[in-house]
Amino acid sequence: MTRKQKKVLMRIIIAAVFMVILGLLPLTGWLRFGLFLIPYLVIGYDILRKAWKGILNRQVFDENFLMAVATLGAILLGEYTEGVAVMLFYQIGELFQSVAVGKSRRNISDLMDIRPDYANIEVDGSIEQVDPDEVEIGTTIVVQPGEKVPIDGVILEGNTTLNTSALTGESLPRDAAAGDEIISGCINMTGLLKIRTTKEFGDSTVSRILDLVENSSSKKSRSENFITKFARYYTPAVCYGALALALLPPLFGIGLLGQASTLALWSDWVYRALTFLVISCPCALVISIPLSFFAGIGGASHEGVLVKGSNYLEALANTTTVVCDKTGTLTQGVFEVIGVHHHTLAEKELLEYAALAESHSSHPISRSICKAYGDTLDHTRVSDVEEIGGNGVIATVDSHRVAVGNQKLMRQEGVACQECHEIGTIVHVAIDGKYEGHILIADRLKPHAKDAVAAMHKAGVSRIVMLTGDDRRVADNVAQKIGISEVYSELLPSDKVEQVERLLTEKRSKDKLVFVGDGINDAPVLSRADIGIAMGALGSDAAIEAADIVLMDDDPLKIAKAIRISRKCIRIVYENIYFAIGVKVLCLILGALGIANMWIAIFADVGVMVLAVFNAIRTLFVDKV
Amino acid sequence: MKKTYKIEVDCANCAAKMEEATKKTAGVKDATVNFMALKMIVEFEEGQDPKAVMPVVLKNCRKVEDDCEIFF
Repeated sequence: MTRKQKKVLMRIIIAAVFMVILGLLPLTGWLRFGLFLIPYLVIGYDILRKAWKGILNRQVFDENFLMAVATLGAILLGEYTEGVAVMLFYQIGELFQSVAVGKSRRNISDLMDIRPDYANIEVDGSIEQVDPDEVEIGTTIVVQPGEKVPIDGVILEGNTTLNTSALTGESLPRDAAAGDEIISGCINMTGLLKIRTTKEFGDSTVSRILDLVENSSSKKSRSENFITKFARYYTPAVCYGALALALLPPLFGIGLLGQASTLALWSDWVYRALTFLVISCPCALVISIPLSFFAGIGGASHEGVLVKGSNYLEALANTTTVVCDKTGTLTQGVFEVIGVHHHTLAEKELLEYAALAESHSSHPISRSICKAYGDTLDHTRVSDVEEIGGNGVIATVDSHRVAVGNQKLMRQEGVACQECHEIGTIVHVAIDGKYEGHILIADRLKPHAKDAVAAMHKAGVSRIVMLTGDDRRVADNVAQKIGISEVYSELLPSDKVEQVERLLTEKRSKDKLVFVGDGINDAPVLSRADIGIAMGALGSDAAIEAADIVLMDDDPLKIAKAIRISRKCIRIVYENIYFAIGVKVLCLILGALGIANMWIAIFADVGVMVLAVFNAIRTLFVDKV
Repeated sequence: MKKTYKIEVDCANCAAKMEEATKKTAGVKDATVNFMALKMIVEFEEGQDPKAVMPVVLKNCRKVEDDCEIFF
């Protein structure tokens, strides 16, 4: 608790003790009035002051005004205990809410605690701490074990294990070694690292993520706007209603039977009007709805799902169609050797020849072959390397002529090659003019791709479509493996926009279409869809710009998770709206009829608010969603 | 020009009121209050000096929410 909150707590205790003692003493008349003013002022002086200031500033109708009028009215009617009690409980509710909000705010800021405070640079052999803002591109920084990486860069020296959980929500540590790119916000766990920065602090991953999250509340959801509008009309309406309730029935002489005097008639209706005022306070709504979104976005960012605004979180809950890009979204987007179909040579040997021949090339396919071979390559065994653009490589390895490439290269070499029955990119290998087999290279499915599709269906997505620029055979094969039935392949980027536009017209207007891409080449589609989700987008500025939701790691399972988080959040928002308005309307009617007294009114106000706040905070807990 | 300020405010509704008040202040083009981060992002109109505008912003915010604070 902060000092301010502790002070309020003290006031609550003092006022409560006073109220109970005074209630037990047999006091009457002015003495009773005067003594009851003590706890009343102790607990309510700030509310009275705020209400007064509100009137001076012509901001009359707020909860302070409602409380001040209701409690002063009760005291004037001689209901001293109730007047003090209403103020007391109102303060308890406020205190509770402030503690709860503060706690959830701290929770969320802990989750997002990725801002580095300093960067270490080496000056004349000793390490110096500087403001990360002052580090220029190309500077060498030192990151010690336990420290956060402050700026994006490339590792020059050192091996370590990185904890990326603050960035990606992924708890599994990641290994990094010299030559690897490293993003800011990771925590260096084991070894000392020297990093050459490749970006300024302001453009680094950490800064961009923090910017995104901190700006997220600028885009308000429909529910939030509804509440703001609602409160704007509701509070004045209730105040006039209460006024009418206090004045009209007694003026027309309507009262309960057996009322002896006009005074009793008046005080009865004024009491009802005051009850009405206490019940009416819209705090439960105006506090709990923004809090739900705030906690929902915070919880989501903990899971590595950055939502750019509460409107997107709200829209995501109505998702019925998900359109996925293939490469980089459902597949890893990196080529990998998935099979070696060898003839006479052993598998390892074939791969070794191919790897040696390809060892000088930086083509992704060459790299994948070298990677599949795994061991270090002795470059002295290779000579006369000739790259034949688009077709392959011919090189001399251990005085054998090795040709590695596609069918065209084989034809050129006069070697008859075999077609492969499997789908993927096929690299044929011929040694000294003899066909030795082929290496099958493909883009791998992401490990969770299939589960992700199932999870989306389970989360209520009725239509999942895959779009790709890739070859039809490859696309159909991938789609079939992961359980997507609707595929459009061989599309140019502009065709993708067209497809999405067509799909947008095919759904009901209330339902939402989500496009998920890896952010490369699909910025136009991301912005065209109702909600654009960019995944694994930590490196891509364009994607972060264009997307509405950014998945920090590239696990497609997070799509369904994001949908579930949004559904939970919206469910809680609606629960609170219905619950709060329902209880209030009921109590207002009871209050107007004279059935509900001040104590029920206090429950309808503070009780409902406390329950709504509790409910709203549930959105923060997204682990098991 | 956009600037970010740290703020102190008790409830989400008060934050919304501050945002409204700031938006209506002369010299302010747009404003966002982030209750979550307790931050206020103010976009000033061309040629306005934040140092001159911010005290007015604070004054207007105090009108709608008595005990708010903006650190500038």
